[in-house]
Amino acid sequence: MPFFKECQQLNLRLFECPSFLFVIMGLVTIIAIISTYFVTSYYAGPEIVIVATASAAMVSFVIGHFVVRSVSRIAQAHQMQSDFVSIASHQLRTPLSLIKWAIERKNLDIIKQANQRMLKLVNDLLNVARIEQGQFKLQKEKFDLSKLIREIVQELKTFTQANNAKIILPDQSLVIFADKLKIKMVLENLINNALLYGGKKIIIKLNNNKIVSIQDNGVGIPKEQQKQVFEKFFRANNVLRHQTQGTGLGLYVCQAIIQAHQGKIWFKSKENKGTTFYIKLNKKT
Amino acid sequence: MKKTILLIEDEANLQKLLGEQLEEQNFTVLRALNGEIGIKKALEHRPNLILLDLILPKKNGFEVLRDLKANQATKDIPVIILTNLENASEIQKALALGATTYLVKTNYQLEEIIKKIKECALKINN
Repeated sequence: MPFFKECQQLNLRLFECPSFLFVIMGLVTIIAIISTYFVTSYYAGPEIVIVATASAAMVSFVIGHFVVRSVSRIAQAHQMQSDFVSIASHQLRTPLSLIKWAIERKNLDIIKQANQRMLKLVNDLLNVARIEQGQFKLQKEKFDLSKLIREIVQELKTFTQANNAKIILPDQSLVIFADKLKIKMVLENLINNALLYGGKKIIIKLNNNKIVSIQDNGVGIPKEQQKQVFEKFFRANNVLRHQTQGTGLGLYVCQAIIQAHQGKIWFKSKENKGTTFYIKLNKKT
Repeated sequence: MKKTILLIEDEANLQKLLGEQLEEQNFTVLRALNGEIGIKKALEHRPNLILLDLILPKKNGFEVLRDLKANQATKDIPVIILTNLENASEIQKALALGATTYLVKTNYQLEEIIKKIKECALKINN
């Protein structure tokens, strides 16, 4: 039967499997209708029988719907967890293989690069785990956002020059009350992405409504993939993996940080034209 | 005569390490960084052996394997899956699609991978 295969694939017991439960709840509804019909027709008139049978059908259908929906969500979460572990372990194994083979070939450069990559992945995974477990605590302080942006751009100077890119800094200053380290992580990620994904001219703007925008003229994000951009491990199809060593977790973490600040993050993008990411910070930030 | 190996692997550094070692072992190495280029080169050059990663951009390894085995020109070229996916269902799927063997990169030293490739290459002779 098809649901046995589905349950096996999802690694679930039969009674945890949404498809199987759907069939069971269907049978329960039918039994409820038939038994209500026979019981009420024994004791009451046709009008009562119709009302009672219809009510029994509706109640069992509604209960069945909620039961199957809840179990379906649990199964989905279970599958996502399993996929996450599978993808994370595959991503960790790649730099591990590189280090293993590079040691044999005595290639120090590759060992260094792979080591950096593993460190970044482990940090990203730990951040994701903290987000999932609600351990994402904010340590807020007052700081100048434009000054922070200048610091990040300075740190990325070598990478910017290597890419023949130019970054235009915001001309206005903006003081905010937020977790400086985490906001730095977000901005670093977005500016880094702008450079990685082909941007030669990157414009960073700030405005008095606490909106930060980072605009690039890079490869853009294909329209059919834009909905998935903030999902874990998402990488767009139009970027060859060998060109970018990202983990696919950066934007998921950025979104979590901005949402923890009660802010909003979104983007506008057109393939081959570029992307602009926007962050709107809460008034209290 | 020198044997030709087509390496379909999107990790540039892995390509470099494996490719160089294979060239030292007197193989001609063709390289492809994604599934589409991999199929194109397989049809163009008809290599003696194909090393195929599974997680690839443009076209994944399973799709590439399916296409290679469906094409008269490439269906008899032995394919060794070289991947870091260790799931039993993926291994079964690849072998069912016609892969000769399945090697998980992290489980082997480079020397051991080369040894297995040479064993497979020798079988082609016979």
